[in-house]
Amino acid sequence: MATVSVDESFQGRVYPASGASTVSADAVRAFARAVRAVHPAHHDAAAARALGHADVVAPPTFAVTLAQAAEARFITDPAAGIDFSRVVHGEQRFSHHAPIVAGDELTAEVHVDRVRVVRGNAMVTTRTELARTGGTPVCTATSTLVVRAAEDDA
Amino acid sequence: MSTAGQAPDALEDVFDGTFEAAHLGRELPAARYELSREDLRAYAEASGDRNPIHLDEATARAVGLPDVIAHGMLTMGLAGTVVADWAGDPGAVLAYGTKFTAPVVVPAAAEAVLEVTGSVVGRDEAARTVEVELVATSAGTRVLGRARAVVRLR
Repeated sequence: MATVSVDESFQGRVYPASGASTVSADAVRAFARAVRAVHPAHHDAAAARALGHADVVAPPTFAVTLAQAAEARFITDPAAGIDFSRVVHGEQRFSHHAPIVAGDELTAEVHVDRVRVVRGNAMVTTRTELARTGGTPVCTATSTLVVRAAEDDA
Repeated sequence: MSTAGQAPDALEDVFDGTFEAAHLGRELPAARYELSREDLRAYAEASGDRNPIHLDEATARAVGLPDVIAHGMLTMGLAGTVVADWAGDPGAVLAYGTKFTAPVVVPAAAEAVLEVTGSVVGRDEAARTVEVELVATSAGTRVLGRARAVVRLR
């Protein structure tokens, strides 16, 4: 039985944050539109401030955009052996320590929590810790990807 | 005929955002989303996730999928919108997680339909938070598994 070629030795690796990225109001609004989030706090800074936020607030799953960008260093590393065309998303969790708002300068540290090949498919769990540049934790985003073996091989 | 006696159902329908009103079993307003290929392109742009299985039929079929499928994160994001809208403050969603149990298939000729319902399944008096379970269905199949969010209420 053929299996995917994911390298299990990547489990436990940590990719330290490499610079900060600033969350723009445009990015928050575009993401909110894409998930049909019409709450004014996503779109209008005054409405967000009325709820106590410094600027427009990101939807609950916006953090995935930052997490996936950071995880790419691992996922797209040829040495890790992950065929992205055979990847499906298995599970996703967010733990929000503070709301993400426009103007936040966030860093992303990626932890490869688990890499396992089970019956030819690989299960890859990454945990991305998003924090403000001062170190305040903002979000823990945990993602499990399934790398499927080809049908005729499985 | 008093106003209070006239419309108890209507009063129950309008959630005031308080912990007290979020009793166990309370249902969130249901949502129905129609998803076209254009909506997937918009999500790909807004999220940066340009995996071609969400954009290109030939690529999707080549890896054994029935057709183009929606990003799991788009499905999760839409269900997240239901919770954030209900909470009254998108920043009040403290945690949110799900498994992806089936793809939402989006054909070229017609829109896929995603239906989302939710209900309160847990309450934490001390923290004034509730746990909400979400059910997301497309073409008669549940597409999210154990989708749960923790929301802080007033």
